[in-house]
Amino acid sequence: MSSGPTSATAAAPVDGVDCDAVIIGSGPGGATAAQVLTAAGWSVVVLDKGRNHLLSLEAPFGPLGHFANDELKFTQRHILGPDPWLEPRTFRRTEADGDRIFTGDVNNLPSTVGGGGVHADGKLPRFREDDFALLTEHGPVEGADIRDWPISYDDLEPYYAEAERLIGVAGTDGPDGNPFAASRSGPYPMPPGADMFLTSLTVPAAERAGLHPYRAPTGVNSVDYDGRPACNNCGFCAHYGCPIEAKGDPVAMLRAALRTGLCRVVPEAYAVDIVVDGSGRRATGVRYLDLTARPERGDPPVVEIRANHVVLAAGAFESPRLLLATGIGNSSDQVGRNLMFHFQTLVVGGYPEPMFGATRGRAVTHLHDDHIVGDAAQRAAAATAGLPWLRGGIVEHGGAAGPVSEALIYGPGGHHGAAMRDSSLRERLLVFTMQGEDLAQPTNRIDLDPSVTDVWGRPAGRVTYSSHRHELATMEHVGPLLESVLRDAGAVWTIVSSSPPLGDGGAHSPLGMAPASKHIIGTARMGADPSNSVVDPDGRLWDVENVLIADSSVFPTSTGYGPTLTLAALAARACHRLAGSAPADIPVPPGGPMSPAEK
Amino acid sequence: MAAWLTPAQHRTLTAAMDDTIPDDGTCPGAGSTGGADYVDRLLAAFTVDPPRIWAGGPFSGRRGGTAAFDDFLELSPWEELAWRTRIEGSGGDPAREHLGPVRGWQDIYADGLAVLGDDFADLDPDGRSARLAATDDEFRDLLFNHGCHALYGDPVYGGNRDGAGWRGIDYPGDVQPRGYTDAEVSLGTRFDPDLGR
Repeated sequence: MSSGPTSATAAAPVDGVDCDAVIIGSGPGGATAAQVLTAAGWSVVVLDKGRNHLLSLEAPFGPLGHFANDELKFTQRHILGPDPWLEPRTFRRTEADGDRIFTGDVNNLPSTVGGGGVHADGKLPRFREDDFALLTEHGPVEGADIRDWPISYDDLEPYYAEAERLIGVAGTDGPDGNPFAASRSGPYPMPPGADMFLTSLTVPAAERAGLHPYRAPTGVNSVDYDGRPACNNCGFCAHYGCPIEAKGDPVAMLRAALRTGLCRVVPEAYAVDIVVDGSGRRATGVRYLDLTARPERGDPPVVEIRANHVVLAAGAFESPRLLLATGIGNSSDQVGRNLMFHFQTLVVGGYPEPMFGATRGRAVTHLHDDHIVGDAAQRAAAATAGLPWLRGGIVEHGGAAGPVSEALIYGPGGHHGAAMRDSSLRERLLVFTMQGEDLAQPTNRIDLDPSVTDVWGRPAGRVTYSSHRHELATMEHVGPLLESVLRDAGAVWTIVSSSPPLGDGGAHSPLGMAPASKHIIGTARMGADPSNSVVDPDGRLWDVENVLIADSSVFPTSTGYGPTLTLAALAARACHRLAGSAPADIPVPPGGPMSPAEK
Repeated sequence: MAAWLTPAQHRTLTAAMDDTIPDDGTCPGAGSTGGADYVDRLLAAFTVDPPRIWAGGPFSGRRGGTAAFDDFLELSPWEELAWRTRIEGSGGDPAREHLGPVRGWQDIYADGLAVLGDDFADLDPDGRSARLAATDDEFRDLLFNHGCHALYGDPVYGGNRDGAGWRGIDYPGDVQPRGYTDAEVSLGTRFDPDLGR
């Protein structure tokens, strides 16, 4: 099917196309696709509807210096986008809510060059072997659409290893590693960074409770790597672009792609149409709105990029929105369906002394997987709930956010200063966040809002989502267990909450009615049967063979692990198979290839 | 010198912010540490180029490196439209009303400060409370939210003068490029060369 590389530079039209592949989205999936395809000699054009704050697009592609430890521009002023007024999204729990109950910021994963990789704190675990065979290994659950993946962990392992090398993942697989981890073909590229102080309390307490905490695999340099420095522990990690490029995802992949001379990155390019030929089974390119044009000039100009292949990597919210708006890929009626997040169980504890979790080092340095693996008590809890099994997720041992976010919680009045000084919700706070497995339900979906549009007149994406009782039962089992761990670790008070919130009181949740998780999963699931899946096992649309999806929308299940490393590994696998190349097995040398002088 | 607020409005806003987030002897008030300057710079953001919406980077210069936060970033044309609409309102312009009419912050502040009056700062606490209670929810919400942003956000935006808000809570703000040593991360000892603790 592939016409092979045109061996042209990305900007030069050859044989009626502008490039071999046009990639929609420059986040971890799109960036990985760009690196793998350019390494195979393909020319690519990467479109992103967001701004470029990440790296210069001129050689030697150094940092722009826009990222900084500034809480206001990152958490209050939308620098990473999408601006919720320009690009509103809508939310409802079920159809019974009417067209929507909320308009604005709904799971706004950044819309910027680099995508979600920019804001993430870089926890990059692999999935476990049984995550790829949930139906076979654990069986069906009433009311959910449980599937096996059409590929196995072993199929993906070489690409996991490649993604870890490209991004630069620090972790440990020795005796101190995760006892439940899947098998690995080699060590992590880097050792883990410094443990955060609060884990000196939580880790021993978790171990006393029979749990198995381990150092989180993290895409944050612990040593100089790939020409980028070791993290200097500044503390502004989750929600922030890294001002010193110690986080590799996705700047490492984009820079590598740009250096080949075969990649052109086009920011402020809002893809609105995947163009197909008369047969409807072959894409010929992508049309985008050029958002560099001023609003006073009317509708933005439409630009078309002609390509032999289209890689859709806009994320599990925007990718189905584009497919639905374009009207392709949906003969199965599965596009947008089986939307999953992680059901977040937030177990919060207050301490007598400062934990420094919010101000120093990585945002999270330890995880434990015990509630994914389960034990006799968890099986008993499942039986009590009338469910065949329960699966939680990774539990992140972490702290809170910055002082502006804290200040906004306390409300106006004379108590405010004392509350800030006391800082029970920041410096003296410890949080266990469980990213609980969310079961696929066809009624949970992204579709197009019937009347709300973005500023360009395009229908807004709408989330319809309510949790399966599996998620609630898992929280009810794990929540009290983690509260007791926090108490043993020295917490003087504890509380369990969740996102999405439970009950009608959720309207007052500081995290909002919609799931706060930025782990957006499903909506274009992969499968072996075109009648009930959107893409084939290589990530290509069943209906339009030269469109490949390279983001977390293809996941058939959510698992209890963060999606980023897996979506990057899937993107690498799909693009290698498309281009006929093999994963590079040469580790990126620490300190090279970009010399400090080049920056 | 205020760019958008009149001197009388600036004085009233300072007092109203101090009432909303007061000085308690340890943490300072949001108004007396520059809250009105924060609001003034926001409401007048587009009187300078680039507009004062997103401060620059990568370093503040307070812990080494070159001070670059003052070099504010350019907005894209559409980001400018979004921020102008928040600040100026939609004014009946269809290009600004895809989600309905927007009442701009300039109008919300002007109306709220008019209700408080130019003599607001001279009133006793009960008198000020009564006037504040007569303002609308939008104004009081903005007053609190912007008070929090001003007092605990970076001083480059006009509030948190000389880091007074952060000093009250022992918060160091940007520590790049110094960062923290691994020992400072793992041992959790109080150590801050600038705050002297």
